[in-house]
Amino acid sequence: MIVVEHLSGGYEDVPLVKDISFTVEKGKILGILGPNGSGKSTLLKVLSGILPTTTGMVMIDGKAIHSYNARALAKKMAVLPQLHANAFSNSVREVVSLGRYPHQTGFFASWSARDEQAVQHAMLQTGVKRYEQTPMEFLSGGEQQRVFVAQALAQTAEILLLDEPTNHLDIAHQRQILDMVRKEAMECGLTVVMVLHDMNLASLYCDELLLMEGGQMRAIGAPHEVIIASQIEDVYQARVATYAHPEMPKPQITMMPTAGDRQQRAMIKKEHFTITEHYIQLQTEIPLKIVSSAVHNPGIGWFSCLLNRSVPGDYVISDVKREVNEFLQRENFAPTSTVVMLTAVPTSLVAIQEFSASFGNMIVAVTAGVGNAVDVSRVHERQDEPYIGTINTWVIINGCLSEEAFLQATMTATEAKTKALQSENIRDARSGTIATGTATDSLLIAATQKGEEMLYAGPITEVGKTIAKGVFETTVQAIKNYKNQF
Amino acid sequence: MKKITVAYVLTCTLLMISIWCGAAIGSVHIPFEVLWNQTVDETAANIFWKIRLPRVLLAGLVGASLAIAGAAFQGLLKNPLADPYTLGVSSGASVGAVMTIFFSISIPMAGLYALPIFSMLGAILTMIIVMTFARAVDRSLKMETLILTGVIFSSFLGSLISLMIALSGEELRQVVSWLLGSVSMRGWPYVQMIIPFVLIGSLMLWTQRRELNVLLYGEERAKHLGVNVKRSKYLILAGGSMLTGAAVAVSGTIGFVGLVVPHMTRMIWGADHRHVLPLSFLNGATLLIICDLVARTIILPRELPIGVITAFIGAPVFSYIFYKQRKSKGVRA
Repeated sequence: MIVVEHLSGGYEDVPLVKDISFTVEKGKILGILGPNGSGKSTLLKVLSGILPTTTGMVMIDGKAIHSYNARALAKKMAVLPQLHANAFSNSVREVVSLGRYPHQTGFFASWSARDEQAVQHAMLQTGVKRYEQTPMEFLSGGEQQRVFVAQALAQTAEILLLDEPTNHLDIAHQRQILDMVRKEAMECGLTVVMVLHDMNLASLYCDELLLMEGGQMRAIGAPHEVIIASQIEDVYQARVATYAHPEMPKPQITMMPTAGDRQQRAMIKKEHFTITEHYIQLQTEIPLKIVSSAVHNPGIGWFSCLLNRSVPGDYVISDVKREVNEFLQRENFAPTSTVVMLTAVPTSLVAIQEFSASFGNMIVAVTAGVGNAVDVSRVHERQDEPYIGTINTWVIINGCLSEEAFLQATMTATEAKTKALQSENIRDARSGTIATGTATDSLLIAATQKGEEMLYAGPITEVGKTIAKGVFETTVQAIKNYKNQF
Repeated sequence: MKKITVAYVLTCTLLMISIWCGAAIGSVHIPFEVLWNQTVDETAANIFWKIRLPRVLLAGLVGASLAIAGAAFQGLLKNPLADPYTLGVSSGASVGAVMTIFFSISIPMAGLYALPIFSMLGAILTMIIVMTFARAVDRSLKMETLILTGVIFSSFLGSLISLMIALSGEELRQVVSWLLGSVSMRGWPYVQMIIPFVLIGSLMLWTQRRELNVLLYGEERAKHLGVNVKRSKYLILAGGSMLTGAAVAVSGTIGFVGLVVPHMTRMIWGADHRHVLPLSFLNGATLLIICDLVARTIILPRELPIGVITAFIGAPVFSYIFYKQRKSKGVRA
């Protein structure tokens, strides 16, 4: 456990870090963030006693660090500074072994079994064991960095200070080093303070974050309390946005390049649709931001090719992912930029309509097979096999939607679809009640994200009204097409 | 057998052979029996025990001192070009010696030993001045400061020596031959004089063998790893200077040994100071004994200054090892 109280210090008489206070409990990881020159490394140097303290104190196990002598402090606290060059060549093993220096006391101190064990453990943990006998100068920067991490680990101290441990490392080795630090913290109670440049890594691996600005503390707390877009923008003077990590409840951050082509209009028109016997395709020049429940590339993403593929009624749905991939390969579509929906309805029955609005035009495309329509309030009574989605709705908006707007658009579109079914008197064959959809309908909302951002897309807004009207009218048209055919 | 055991066995064997060769080879042949029976050949025994053996031992001690001091300085200063003379101690010793010759200074009772005594004083004085000055410039006694201070003082003292040489008349030959370095005609008293310095100095360095390994990664890293950097630095500087001063005082400025022996040792046996220090010590002794042997036998009956031979033999040997080493490692550069 390390306690820092009102610490100021740095080079000469000018304190570069001012009034820093924090506590890191045993087994916890504190990440220090901040722009270049904000005093991160200086803080680490003051903490480790390399640079003088002007006021305040650093306490380890309740004792000020000044009361420890160099060797005793090295047994308590290991430090990994940024990469260092070396004039002579040592083997990896020799370098890691130096970590045992504080433990070797006495004139004839010999290499004990504990020393050997610590060195072996450190080499295995960092994955440098296989270079054991290699001279340092033959290793890459990243490998050398890992050797120094191993050296610090071999010190078997309770506290570990790391200055950018992931410098020079590729993503696999970043993960390896940080996973290892995390594991040592959780399993062996190692207390870690590390300076990191990468806010996303810091968010993923640290229990607490300290954000520095101009040598002072700007914020401290759990990652979600520190990585706040407005705060980061203020400290770093850069446009950023936060988003959720796919697996962990930790905020992630991404840079937003300076806005340039936001105002440039690229209109999607009805003429951009191609209809063949096998699919309805919309190919766009710019990628669209899409939220969909498609078979291929569902969820949120940016795509420039939309397919509504017509498959025969006896299509085997069990291995649909692989089959769709094969189809894309066969037809020369790029799997990463294409969204695919499936329908049992012939492509000729599609209804595509264009609606104009003040923000830009909107196109709605619907294929509706209502043979298997159900009343959603009564489906719990049924237990049939799933069908291929029979009402596929695409809403393509020439405009810019916020995330809320995307979700509201899906609601609005769904409500409009249901209303269309009611208006066409489509009934659940089993219960005889008005159907609300089919069992496997799919919806896609796409936007060009050009122009003024529209925050909401509920039926009260212009875009919501257009979606409601568009989806309703187009779905009615599609149902009529279907009825005429069958 | 472990590599390091091989290293010590080989190095010691080489030293033993060189000692025997150094003592036995020459205009008078020395039979093996003199080692235990002086009566076999009285003249040979006298030459062996009174003239050749002290000379060989002196050469060995001087070589050992310079080599171990060089190894320690190279490690401490993290500079492969550092040698025992980098810090100016040798220049101080030289000024003391040359002054003794130039002004024909003599100390009552000390007789011939006035020169080594003054030389030693010169070395100690220089060491104190260099360290004090470096400390005044930069309290933390950074390596760069030390090297620069050493270079400045070396050149200043060098100019003093040049001045004395320029002004000297009949002492010129004596001054120059002292500066080129020699271990001839010194006898046991010189050996006795240097031994305590060699022992204490080497011991001081040896206690810092592990610290030297850590210091290679910089003072900051060394501090992190728990080294009392200041104490280590003073011990190494004082020990190394003591060895250098003593060596120069008894034999003059013999170059090359302190620079090259530690490098050869590192290249062959690795850079771990726990072994580099003792192995450099032994190898330095061997090299200087062989050089002295060559110096006194190569153009009989004249003797060459030993400093000429050290570089003459050392440089090609060093080049060969350097070349071999780089080739076998398949170096990128």
